[in-house]
Amino acid sequence: MINIQSVSHSIQGQTILSDISLSLPKGKLSALIGPNGAGKSTLLSLIARLHALQHGVITVDGLDVSKTPSRTLARKLAILSQSNTLASRLTVRDLVSFGRFPHHNGRPGAEDKNKVDEAIAALGLGEIAHRFLDEISGGQRQKAFVAMAYAQDTDYLLLDEPLNNLDMKSARALMQTLHELSEQSGKTIVVVLHEINYAALYADWIVGLRDGKLIANGPTHDILTSETIETIFDFEAEIHQIGDQKLVMHYR
Amino acid sequence: MTKGWLIAIALLLTGIVASLFVGAIDLDMNSFSRSGEGLNLLVVSRIPRTLAVLLTGASLAVAGVIMQMIVANRFVEPMTAGAGSTAALGVLLISFLLPGASIFIKMACACVTSLLGTMVFLAMVRRLPPHQPLLVPLVGIAYGGVVSALVTFIAFQADLLQYLETWFLGEFSGILQGRYELLWLAGVLMLLAYVIADQFAILGLGQSVSVNLGLNYHQIVRLGLVIVSLISAVTVVTVGIIPFVGLVVPNIVSRWLGDNLRRTLPVTAMMGGGLVLLSDLVGRLVRHPFEIPAATIFGVLGALLFLWLLYFPPKSKGVACLRDKERAR
Repeated sequence: MINIQSVSHSIQGQTILSDISLSLPKGKLSALIGPNGAGKSTLLSLIARLHALQHGVITVDGLDVSKTPSRTLARKLAILSQSNTLASRLTVRDLVSFGRFPHHNGRPGAEDKNKVDEAIAALGLGEIAHRFLDEISGGQRQKAFVAMAYAQDTDYLLLDEPLNNLDMKSARALMQTLHELSEQSGKTIVVVLHEINYAALYADWIVGLRDGKLIANGPTHDILTSETIETIFDFEAEIHQIGDQKLVMHYR
Repeated sequence: MTKGWLIAIALLLTGIVASLFVGAIDLDMNSFSRSGEGLNLLVVSRIPRTLAVLLTGASLAVAGVIMQMIVANRFVEPMTAGAGSTAALGVLLISFLLPGASIFIKMACACVTSLLGTMVFLAMVRRLPPHQPLLVPLVGIAYGGVVSALVTFIAFQADLLQYLETWFLGEFSGILQGRYELLWLAGVLMLLAYVIADQFAILGLGQSVSVNLGLNYHQIVRLGLVIVSLISAVTVVTVGIIPFVGLVVPNIVSRWLGDNLRRTLPVTAMMGGGLVLLSDLVGRLVRHPFEIPAATIFGVLGALLFLWLLYFPPKSKGVACLRDKERAR
């Protein structure tokens, strides 16, 4: 379980998050939604100790992220950040292999190699594993970074807008992979999503932020009401039901 | 790959043998039979010189990669980004304040100023906008230029101008047994860099990825800074500044093999040693029996290589495109 207690954060005097308290269920796929500038990425990077906590406490599986050694956390939680521009030239396989670093500290063994192969296969990167990252498309590069997080093989996986640059088929495949990881391997997954219908279809839990404040927090089915969507995003949206699946009609 | 390695090693060995036999004094089989004169020449001058060249070239190339990983920018290298000129500042200050200081004291002083100088450079780079990568080398060149100007001014005031060239213009003609051994420290630092090569490679992926993988980011950055500035200081004190090695060699290797340092660092070191050896040999031969500094020759060689790098796309890309086209058919 990820437990967030009265977390506030400001950057250069500007409030990004104010007094957020919530828990994200273990072994489930949670979606973080909200308009641009709502503080979703900041919240995610605070959970992953990429920034120092200013106020409040965050624990992952009972481990306080600001006190637990970084090495220990690296085997517990992986994050895929949003901007992945690279100065280095690496092959897809090299990059994915770095995901194993917290486990082997520079001396990879057979198990590490297997995990890397598994990650490459899971993201369908076998064909381009030997190619350099600066020679493949943005979407393929995005998948390579997801594969790196996959290879890190942590119980908790945080992904900041992983669907960026992905075509429809790849986006769908990635959401299915994430869903399987939580369903079958019991991993706790937190994803920042912009397309709310991906959250509607794949997420078990939804957290809605707006202007740094917590607006909604609960099971997907409860959050998907036109009132809640309107408070989060500030527009009217119809909710349609197809079978027992709710969908948000927000395209027009 | 193995064939490439064999060719590279053969070329390097040829260079080493040539370096042992080229110089102002002829060395041939006769001189060995004559009262051990030849052997003496080898032990006192040619072997130390060859080792000095190899250690300098290899360690400067390695220092270049590490610096590029620290600032996550391909276009910097310690010698032009202030590490070299601040090391010269250190030696100059100590020569001025303590004229009789031993070479170890001089080097210690150069290490301290070079470390401070590199830290100042890093602090400046951290404040630059991340989406403007070309600002980093520009700031480096300007910073190095300002420090060099300061060094020249102090040397002028203290009437020490004639010494400046020994630090600013790297060359190996003065290398004799007993006057290059400090360079082994650079060799040791290179090995240390290889031991934690993975961590430097991860550093190059940026702070977020490093922290995510459990790296102690700031500690590795500090360690890298120490390695870079010590290598710079040691080479400046013993042979002088050789620019561009740390820029050109890592870029060629990166284009060719990528940046998985565990795999590429040995290649970088070998190529650095080999190219500086080539420059030194050319410098010895062009105006035989006089010499042209290796730094000058490398300046020309490095500029040509850099132009080649800029105008010719990496080979593997061409190969990959070709494969894609074939697949498409």
